[in-house]
Amino acid sequence: MEENAKNRGSAEPLLIQRVLAGEKDLFYELIQPYERGAFLLAYSILRNHDDAEEIVQQGMVKIFVHLADLTERDKFKQWAMRVIENEAKMYRRKRRQHLYESIDQNSTDASDEKPFYPRQFADWRDLPSEAVAQKEVREAVAKALVELPDIYREVFALRDMQHLDVAETAEVLSIGRSAVKTRLHRARLMLREALTPVFATPNVSLWERWKGKNPWLAAKR
Amino acid sequence: MVSCKTIIANLSEYLDGDASPEMRQKIERHLRGCRRCSAVYDSTRKMLMITGDERVFELPAGFSERLHRFLDETLSKA
Repeated sequence: MEENAKNRGSAEPLLIQRVLAGEKDLFYELIQPYERGAFLLAYSILRNHDDAEEIVQQGMVKIFVHLADLTERDKFKQWAMRVIENEAKMYRRKRRQHLYESIDQNSTDASDEKPFYPRQFADWRDLPSEAVAQKEVREAVAKALVELPDIYREVFALRDMQHLDVAETAEVLSIGRSAVKTRLHRARLMLREALTPVFATPNVSLWERWKGKNPWLAAKR
Repeated sequence: MVSCKTIIANLSEYLDGDASPEMRQKIERHLRGCRRCSAVYDSTRKMLMITGDERVFELPAGFSERLHRFLDETLSKA
């Protein structure tokens, strides 16, 4: 898979050149690998399927119109994702002027610095990976993701769902690499925390409840 | 013995294979002996397997077709 991604990367500057030279149809080939990622990113910012779809459509038009402005053609992915991100954030700002999205506002202000420590230690390592095929599992993940504060959700969507690396994620979001790492760390712990009551096996939870009565955690903090 | 707090703080780097060799060794030793931290580690890994799976978050039905139709219409005017 890694190899494929590399090959695709090296073919992109050529594709871009041909699109710019007038082969408009090749634009679809250029964006095809990023359709899902673009939607995921827009959804992680807007938390609404319809809005995310509309933003991807508008964003892709922008990408086409401004394609000639892209100087580093080997960085199409980062650039395209940044366009989608900006588009989604602009839309969210506009939407806020009409609506009452105070919850969003609060979550944007969430601090990077406050360390996050797990409170739920129930084990769900035995959940089969195939569980992802189940609707309830997908819904639980989507719900937990949507409830994550914005700055963590974006990083998580880019790193752990679209598999961008740290440097690429930093470029898309215009933040430092260390911020990517801290936010990702927190996002992962928070998501795991949110999903633990859903996925943990009941027996272990019971054991953990008993464990919870001793002052272990308080002493370790 | 390294504290659980230290282990948790370095878990993400460890999961990404970015922890230093010394830290990796400390984490691995700790995980073998600590039920809580190993539960956090294992379930975080499991979660990443699930969220990293394309099936967990599918595009809405007809998404690509609508996108291409929209682009066809808009770009022909451009």
